Amino acid sequence: MAASAVETAVRTGRLTRALIYAALLVFAVYYLLPLFVMMVNSFKELDEIRGGNMLALPELVTIAPWIKAWNQAQIGVQPTGLAPYFLNSIKMVVPAVVISTLLGALNGYVLTKWRFRGDTLLFALMLFACFIPFQIVLIPMARVLGFLGIAGTTWGLVLVHVVYGLGFTTLFFRNYYAAFPTELVKAAQIDGANFLQIFYRILLPSSGPIIVVTVIWQFTSIWNDFLFGASFSDFDSQPMTVALNNLVSSSTGVKEYNVHFAGAILAAIPTLLVYVVAGRYFVRGLMAGAVKG
Amino acid sequence: MSFLVVNGLEKRFGSVEVLKGIDISVPRGGFLVLVGPSGCGKSTLLNTIAGLETVTAGEILIDGVRVNELHPSKRDIAMVFQSYALYPNMNVAKNMSFGMEMRGVPKAERQQVVARVASMLQIEDLLERKPSQLSGGQRQRVAMGRALVRDPKIFLFDEPLSNLDAKLRVEMRTEIQKLHQRLGTTIVYVTHDQIEAMTLATVIAVLKDGVLQQVGTPAEIYNTPANIFVADFMGSPSMNLVPARLDRANGVLVVSLKRADGSTTVLPLHRPSAAAEAFVGRDVILGLRPESIDDAPAAAPDDGAQRHPLEAHVEVTQPTGADTLAMIRLGGREAVARLRAETGARAGERCTFMVDMSKAVLFDPETEQRL
Ligand SMILES: Nc1ncnc2c1ncn2[C@@H]1O[C@H](COP(=O)(O)OP(=O)(O)OP(=O)(O)O)[C@@H](O)[C@H]1O
Ligand SMILES: [Mg+2]
Repeated sequence: MAASAVETAVRTGRLTRALIYAALLVFAVYYLLPLFVMMVNSFKELDEIRGGNMLALPELVTIAPWIKAWNQAQIGVQPTGLAPYFLNSIKMVVPAVVISTLLGALNGYVLTKWRFRGDTLLFALMLFACFIPFQIVLIPMARVLGFLGIAGTTWGLVLVHVVYGLGFTTLFFRNYYAAFPTELVKAAQIDGANFLQIFYRILLPSSGPIIVVTVIWQFTSIWNDFLFGASFSDFDSQPMTVALNNLVSSSTGVKEYNVHFAGAILAAIPTLLVYVVAGRYFVRGLMAGAVKG
Repeated sequence: MSFLVVNGLEKRFGSVEVLKGIDISVPRGGFLVLVGPSGCGKSTLLNTIAGLETVTAGEILIDGVRVNELHPSKRDIAMVFQSYALYPNMNVAKNMSFGMEMRGVPKAERQQVVARVASMLQIEDLLERKPSQLSGGQRQRVAMGRALVRDPKIFLFDEPLSNLDAKLRVEMRTEIQKLHQRLGTTIVYVTHDQIEAMTLATVIAVLKDGVLQQVGTPAEIYNTPANIFVADFMGSPSMNLVPARLDRANGVLVVSLKRADGSTTVLPLHRPSAAAEAFVGRDVILGLRPESIDDAPAAAPDDGAQRHPLEAHVEVTQPTGADTLAMIRLGGREAVARLRAETGARAGERCTFMVDMSKAVLFDPETEQRL
C-alpha cells in the first residue's frame, strides 16, 4: 500500500510537471515569436520580405540592413544611421545610472542608520515619487531645465532621469539596509570611522546584490525611456529610442522593414546584455530585498 | 577617586523605561561585572557608556570628564558586542586592524599588534578568513580581538565568552584576568556566568528590570545579598530560601522551621542585625547557601562555622563529580545541600545534617529586603 502511494505521488508529480512545462513552453514561444520574426527578417532582402512569409528563414542571408541601420540610414535630415544616437544614449545612461544608484544608496544609508525626526515621512514622500506619472513632470521639468540652462543637452536628460529614478533607488537601498545590522555601524563608530568611511568601507562592500538590482532597473528604464528623450533632447543629444522612432516613421521613400527590425534589435542589445550578465543576481537581490525588507 | 562614574542614569526607548536611575562608580583599574536576567538592561547600560545610545537623564563620567555629549570614538573605549558585529566584508585580520587604521596607526605596527592578539586568542590560523567562514566561538574570539588590539581607557565586554566551549571559556577567562592584571585597564563586563562574575569582578552590580539591586564586591554580593532577588540570582545552585519564624529563646534569637509532621526545628542565629530584633515573633525568610548544609563533622573545629544539627529527609542526590548535591525538605520547601562527593547520604533516607548558621541571612517576607 505504501508502495502504491509513492507511485501515485510520482505519477501526479510527472503529470503536473508536464503541464507546467507545456504552459511555460507556450509562454516562451509567445514572447520569443516577435524576436524571432525581427531576427529572421532583419537578414532578408526587402523584396523577399514583401513577397514572402514573415516566419520563414531568409533564403539569402544579408547583413546589409544591419549596416544600414547602424550608420547609413536617414534619421531626421542626416544619413548617419543609429550610431551617434547609440552613443548619446550611452553618454546619458551611464552617468544617470551611476549617480542615481549612489544617491539612492546614500539615502538608504541615512534613512536606516542615521534616523532623524520625520524620516519615515520623508521616505513615504520619496516613495510617492515612484507613482508619479511621467506626463505630470514634463512641464515643470522643462522649466527647471530651462532655468538651469541645460535644456536640450545630455546632462539635462541625466538630471531628469536621476531625479525620476531617485524614488526607486532609495526604496531599494532603504529596504536592503533596513536588514543590515545596525551594530556594525556602531562598531565602526567606536573604531573611529566617520559618516562616509562607514558608508564606503562597511555598507557599500556588502551591497552587491542590491547594487545589481538597482543598476539593472535603472539601466533598462532609462535606456528604454522615450517620453523624456523626445521631450527634452535636441538633435545632438537625442537618445537611441527617439532616433529609432525617427528611423521607423520617416515618411520618405519605401518602408525598409529589414532595416527597421535591425535597428530595433540594436536598440535592445544593451539591456539584453545587462540582463544576461547580471540577471542571476537580479532575482536573488530582489528576493533578498523583499524578504528582509 | 572613581574612574568611571554613572550618576542617576535613566534611559527610555519611547515610552519604555529601560534603565531607572543607575548609580555605579568604579575605581581606576576596577573590574565591574554586570549581571541580571535577560532583558534587564545590561547591554543598554553598556551602550550608553559607549555613547551608542543617548541617555534620557543622568550623567556618565570617565576619568573625571563628563562624556554624555562625547562621540563614541572620542570616549576612548573598546567594546565587544553581544552580537559580535564583525564586518562581513573584511577578513579577520582586517576586522581587527580596522580601528587602528581609522586612527592612523602605521601598517607595520598594525600587523604586529594583530599577530600578538591573535596568538593570545588562538586565532592565528583564521586571520585570512571572512566572518562567514567562522564558527560562533571563533567569531566571538575575533570580536574580542578587535577590542584587545586597542589600549583604551575602558574595555566594555558584552558577554564575550558566552559562545565558547567549557575548556576554551576557562582559558579565555584566565587570559582576560591576566590581561587585566598586566594592563590595569578598567573593565565593564556583562555575563550570565556565575563563575565568571565571581572570579573576574572587583565589583559586581546586579540589575533587575532596569533597577540596580546591589553593588558590591563578589563576597558582599554572595554572603550578604541585599534582597531575595540577589540571593536567588547569584550562586549556583542558588541560595535556599526557607519560610521560618523568628523567636527569642534563652536570650538569643532563634529561627524555627516547620516540619511536615508539625514539629519544629530550632536553629540559633549568630550576630543578628539590629533590624532582625524588630522581627521577633514574626515570619521571616531564612537564606542558607547549599554549602552551609553538610553531613560531615566539622573538618576543622575552629573555622568560624557555627554548626547545628538538623534532621531531614533526602529526596534525591545528584553527584556532580566534585561534590554531591542533595535535595532535602526544609521548612516545607525543597532545599539543596552541597555534600562531599563520597557522602553516605542516600535518597529516601533520613539524615542528620550540620547547618552552619554563621552565614545565614534573614529576609523580610514582604519587602524581600535583607534584615
Ligand atoms: N532600541 C530599542 N527600542 C526599544 N526597546 C529596546 C531597545 N533596545 C533594547 N530595548 C529593551 O530594553 C530592555 C533591555 O534590553 P538589553 O538589551 O539592555 O537587555 P540585556 O540585559 O542586555 O539582556 P540580555 O541578557 O538578553 O542580553 C529590553 O526589554 C529590550 O526589549
Ligand atoms: Mg544584552
